[in-house]
Amino acid sequence: MSDLATPSPANDAGARGFNLFGFLARYGTVIALMLLIAFNLGYTRNFATLQTLNVNLTQVCTIVIVAVGMTLVIATGGIDLSVGSLMAISGALAPMIFMGKIFPVGNTYLAVVVAMVVSIFVAGLLGLFNGWLVSRFRIQPIVATLVLFIAGRGIAQVMTNGNLQTFRVPQFQWIGLARPLGIPAQVIIMAVLVAAAAWALHRTVFGRSILAVGGNEKASELAGIAVARIKLAVYAISGLCAGLAGLVVIAINSSSDANLVGLGMELDAIAAVAVGGTLLSGGKATIIGTLLGALTIQLVRYTLLANGVPDAAALVVKAAIIAFAVWLQQQHRV
Amino acid sequence: MNSARLIGIVGTYGVVVALAALVLFGFLRYERFLGFFNVMSVLRYNSMFALVALGMCFVIMTGGIDLSVGSVAALGSVASALASPHGIAAGVAAGVGAGLAAGLINALLVTRANLMPFIATLATMLAASGSALLLAGNQSVSVSYDSGFTAIGQGNFWIFPIPAVIALVAYVVGSVVLNYTSTGRTVLAIGGGEDASRLMGLRTDRIKFLVYVASGCLAGLAGVVLASQFGAGQPIEGVGWELSAIAAVVVGGTLLTGGSGSVMTTLAGVLLLGILFNILNFENGLGWISLSAYWQSVIRGLFLLVVVLLQARLTGRRGSWPATTSGP
Repeated sequence: MSDLATPSPANDAGARGFNLFGFLARYGTVIALMLLIAFNLGYTRNFATLQTLNVNLTQVCTIVIVAVGMTLVIATGGIDLSVGSLMAISGALAPMIFMGKIFPVGNTYLAVVVAMVVSIFVAGLLGLFNGWLVSRFRIQPIVATLVLFIAGRGIAQVMTNGNLQTFRVPQFQWIGLARPLGIPAQVIIMAVLVAAAAWALHRTVFGRSILAVGGNEKASELAGIAVARIKLAVYAISGLCAGLAGLVVIAINSSSDANLVGLGMELDAIAAVAVGGTLLSGGKATIIGTLLGALTIQLVRYTLLANGVPDAAALVVKAAIIAFAVWLQQQHRV
Repeated sequence: MNSARLIGIVGTYGVVVALAALVLFGFLRYERFLGFFNVMSVLRYNSMFALVALGMCFVIMTGGIDLSVGSVAALGSVASALASPHGIAAGVAAGVGAGLAAGLINALLVTRANLMPFIATLATMLAASGSALLLAGNQSVSVSYDSGFTAIGQGNFWIFPIPAVIALVAYVVGSVVLNYTSTGRTVLAIGGGEDASRLMGLRTDRIKFLVYVASGCLAGLAGVVLASQFGAGQPIEGVGWELSAIAAVVVGGTLLTGGSGSVMTTLAGVLLLGILFNILNFENGLGWISLSAYWQSVIRGLFLLVVVLLQARLTGRRGSWPATTSGP
């Protein structure tokens, strides 16, 4: 709102700092990431190995996949709290289909394809429902997605009666376990998704419309952008991403626990988006930034754990990083 | 004007009517629903959530949000359990003190560093959760049963559960502050329009500071009750409390945009969501249906959906109650 180029005391304060803040806000995540890598190369044993890379990438994958959808939602000025619950739903639904609990399956390959398509599609539909609440009824996104945050996990638990579903179906689990050319399959999925989303956000009319809606909704509407349709689309995409991430998680675990799949994912994803430099108020977004943000948070955690700091303390550090990163970006924005 | 007033009345008292209807339903359908034991145990159990929701209500009325309440309550429960061998006062002081510390951090991040409340309290949520785990050594901490500390959660004041009395007192104080003090009016003014309030000379930062500190303290107090009631400080408890509290506040008719709200209907919102669960248990007891506990969250979610849809419809898609707010 305050992007007018009027000289203000705040702007002067920014200039006095030699645009250090501006520089840091722009490249802070990259710098932090490089510093972390440099530190690890020096101090963490066995850091520069393919295995370390694979461990970190596989752990960060699901967060990035969800955070891509979240970035688009946040770019419109919204937020999606339901992603973790949607992961639980798709993670509960897929095994039920390919294990033949809903209808008998003859061909495993066919069943797996149906299971994947249907469960991702269902998550997308639920995302569409979020978008419908937000755009049709003008319900604040926090409240609108809170509905499915609460009900969604319950639905997944009711579907499975809270039971653990275990399975060993290689035809399905390739999305979490396969390693074509030594690269984990989910890393390839993540990379493709990130590239596609980054391209769409910056190079297509759809992407520019998303940013326009987040920047100024009224103006976008007056300029002829179908605001409601854009919002429906981003929440649906966020749902699809969450559905996909749910499948990756259960494939890695060879089991699906509706109580645990995606638990707390909404906060991890939002943190990645915020650290990556996307404005939470909408209008400015970067998919690559989100990827870097997620990698930074993951690498901080890895660094601390690898050097003997307990996981609980890593949480505190993570909190400080999130607060600091967002504070830094605000100095730039003013 | 008339319709605006009608909307205001439905928005404020709708939850009370719904609560009354639900209680009547339970009374007619289940023999022991209004029995002494059931009423008292519902009150005892829900008092923790009531305390958390009260702080949340004030924060939301300023247009903010406090995501940290659940893990702050967990931190408070651990701190008070660790201090409980030194007596009731020490236990309470430790729990509320932990909440105070977390609240101060939130308040500083929001008012000094100008972070969005969502992000500031998200960070505090992670930090409090980590601190609770560190303090407790990754396990639950048993409270001392010799110092009388468990009285706070398990004892009675005359015939009423002490935690329910604490919650009630807190709500009365909160209601008085909101309706009869300049602090309370300023809370609503900030939520209605922060810039306008500041330009009018209201000390917006100070009031915002206060509400986050209060929310932290109340969450810490809820943690004390939690530890005392269940006999242990629980570092991983409190997950999702923040969102249940937000749901209770919204069901109570307070809009997340801030600028309007009511303390007592928030209490009704907490009770409504709590009694839904209670009724589910009774219904299972009748044996006609057998709904697992998992249905609880589905039903709560549906309930929240109905409430927000009604709100959206009543306010004519404007996203705020007329009459009490500055409008779109």
